[in-house]
Order: sequence, then C-alpha cells, then structure tokens
Amino acid sequence: MGDLWEGLSEAFRLLVTLDTDLVEITLRSLQVTLSALVIGSAIALPLAAFLAVRRFRWRRAVIAVLNALMGLPPVVVGLLVYVLLSRSGPFGVLGLLFTPTAMIIAQVIIIVPLIASIAHQSLRDLWSEYHDLLISMNVSQAQKMRTLLWDARRALLTAALAGFGRAIGEVGAIMIVGGNIDNATRVLTTAIALETGRGDFALALGLGIILIGLAITVNLAIHWLSRTEAEGRW
Amino acid sequence: MTLFPLKLQAALSARRGKVLVGPIDLELEGVGATVVIGPNGSGKTTLLRMIHGAARLTSGEISWACDEARARRAQAFVFQRPVMLRRTVLDNLTYPLQMRGTARRHAAEQAEIWAKRVGLETMLDRAAHNLSGGEQQKLALARAMITAPSVLFLDEPTAALDGRATREVEEVLLEARAAGTRLILSTHDLGQARRLADDVVFLLQGRVLEHTQAREFFNVPQTAQAQAFLRGDIVE
Repeated sequence: MGDLWEGLSEAFRLLVTLDTDLVEITLRSLQVTLSALVIGSAIALPLAAFLAVRRFRWRRAVIAVLNALMGLPPVVVGLLVYVLLSRSGPFGVLGLLFTPTAMIIAQVIIIVPLIASIAHQSLRDLWSEYHDLLISMNVSQAQKMRTLLWDARRALLTAALAGFGRAIGEVGAIMIVGGNIDNATRVLTTAIALETGRGDFALALGLGIILIGLAITVNLAIHWLSRTEAEGRW
Repeated sequence: MTLFPLKLQAALSARRGKVLVGPIDLELEGVGATVVIGPNGSGKTTLLRMIHGAARLTSGEISWACDEARARRAQAFVFQRPVMLRRTVLDNLTYPLQMRGTARRHAAEQAEIWAKRVGLETMLDRAAHNLSGGEQQKLALARAMITAPSVLFLDEPTAALDGRATREVEEVLLEARAAGTRLILSTHDLGQARRLADDVVFLLQGRVLEHTQAREFFNVPQTAQAQAFLRGDIVE
C-alpha cells in the first residue's frame, strides 16, 4: 500500500508542478500513438470495407489471417521492424531506427489488424443490411465502401479506440525500435519500464497513473467530440 | 431511350441445385403496370429480382431493348421490408441523386419536393430508423422515385401497411404510372392487383401459369389454379 500512496502523491506532484520531463514524454506518447492511430485507421478502415463488400477467392483466408494477427506479439513486431530498419537491413539507409518514426511504424503494424478486424465485423453486419438496396441503386464499389464507412462511423470509432488503447499501452515493440532514449524516444510506457527496473516504484506508479488518466481522457474527448451517446440523427 | 420490350427466354434461377423460379418465357411491353401475383413461396420476389438484375440467372436470358447497363440505371426497386440508410430522412432522399453526381443543393430541393409528395416534409431532420413502418415505406418509395426511373419494381410494397398508408402509396404509384413510369410489382393482395394492374402474371411454383390483361385474368382465368386462387382457395 505504501508504494501505491507514494505513487499517487508522486503522480499528483508531477502533474501540479508540470514536470518538464513528464510533459515531454507525455506529448511524445501522444504524438507517436495518435500518428500511428491516424495512419493505422487510414489503412485498416478501407481494408475492412473492401473485405465486407468485395467477394474474391482468398477473402475468407485474408479475414482469418487478419483476425489471427490481432494477437500479434509486439516484441516480435519490434524485432521485425528493428531488422528492417537496422543499418544492415533493407531500409537501413533511411536512418529511422531509434526515432519516433520507427516507433510509429511498429505501432501501425500492431494496430492495423486489430482495427481492421473489429471494423470488418461492424461493416459486414451493415453490408448484409444494405446489400440489396445498394445493389438495386447500382452504386459503384467505391461508393458502397464510402457509404458503409460513413454510416458505420460510430462503430468504427470503437474500433479506432481499441487501436488507440493497444498503442498507448504498448511497450515491447517501441522499446526495441525506439531504444528508450532520453529526450528522443522515451515515452510513458518505456519510462515506466525503466523506473521499475531502477526500483523507483513510486515514480513508475505515478507515470502509470498518468498513463491511465491520459488514455481515459483521450477516449472521453473522442466520444464527446463525436457525440456517440447523443440522440442519434444518423 | 427505349427499354422495352423486355424478354425473358427460359430464364431460370436455382440455388444449391434447387430451382427457385423458371424456366420462364415472358415478354413485357413498355406501358402500364404489371402485377405479379401468386401464393406465398411461388417465386414472386425472385422473379422481380431476376428481372432487376439483383438475383443471378442460372440459365436462360433476360434482355432489354437497350444495353444492360443503361437499363439498370433506368430502374429502381422498392423492397417489401424497407431498407433505411442510417441517416436522416433528407439524407436518405438525397443519397441516390448524390450517387449519380447530382449537386447537393439540387438533390436537397428534389428531396423536399418528394418528401412533400409522400407527406414526410415535416420529418426531414429525423432519423429514418425512427419512422413508423408506413412512413419508412413511403420514404423508400420516394427515394426510389426521386431518380425518375423508367421502370419501378415493387416487391409487395404495402404488405405491412395499414389501409391509409396503402392508399397513399397506391396514389403515388398511380400518379407515377400516369406520368409514364413502368410499374412491375408483386402482391398477394388481390384487391390491390385489381386496382393497379394493366396486365397480370400469375405465378405458381416458380412457373408462369398465366400472363394476360388484368380484366381478362380476373373475369375469365384460364387455368384451374388461377380460378382456385381467385376464389380464395389454398393453391400449392
């Protein structure tokens, strides 16, 4: 209990004093995660709509693989991205290893299957409802996809928030590709891992509480902005 | 653009080896209202969907007087259970026009005209899913009519409606027919068939048993099954 109280008071102190290190790593956490979320959603949502609307030979296999990849081990993703971006790797010339960009790439790989799978389930249900109508209206495949994405936007927000939750709490992959470098690639999760390793449990707990608060705040803000609980006009 | 005559030649639709409809030979001309009648399960919906192009033909041929893509653009379909887009009444009405590239402003003007025509002008901002069954069917009809289709398919459009809503829907259909829209609808409501039909297709077990002028069909049906159906007997 002592560590917990110390953690709470440490979190309070860090917040009240607007600790510069805390502000920096919090902003970096948000920058990396939100960038990954935007890029990941831009890939995953059209992919989910495509899988809902289009019938092709390997469709079921692709969906099964996508579902399986939801449980992709982040450490393995980190290792893979590390190998690709390391000096001797195929993209080593870009010099991206141990930068926030490398962390974003790793997070995108982790969250795309998650967002796409959840989104696909919602879009598949909506497509079964809309199928006859949109076929009878003779709309193009692209128009069908756009219609589904727009009309299912609230369910898709849930998919995106699941991706955000996974990304903001991720540590294994970004530790490997980011290196947890002070003032460069340190984020809240890697800082927590570092402070725990150092034995500074109070600070680690304090950072953990701030991380949870941040995740909840962003979720609430997105819900509020999109008025998911408001009276629906659709 | 001439769409008719519409010809079905040995058109057949089957699923997993089971014949749903066909083989059907039928020729429809370009004016008036064709009513497809028959008992439940006779294949009315499948026949309409086949002609519309929404159900795949297993064999045979369906041909319009123009190319198929043109014919498809000139058609609209109203389903028995109206499918509402998860949008407002206004957005449901503007949707088909916007999908055809109509400017939003013009689409909104058309939507207001059609909403007024079916009595939904005070509900434009409401979610379509919150409308009653009758209102939803009127919205579906207006959404189909807003593109000014040459051919309008209706699959038992008033099956779930009360008398007043049925009358309102039929009034819109009669106006559309008078304005030159070709109606092809299915119903098992004989009264509605008498009120709307110019010609009748009597379907039983997926086959056309009769296709005649409405007056002739109701006064002197040729087949024993049609006579039994008109008497109100159970026909299988």
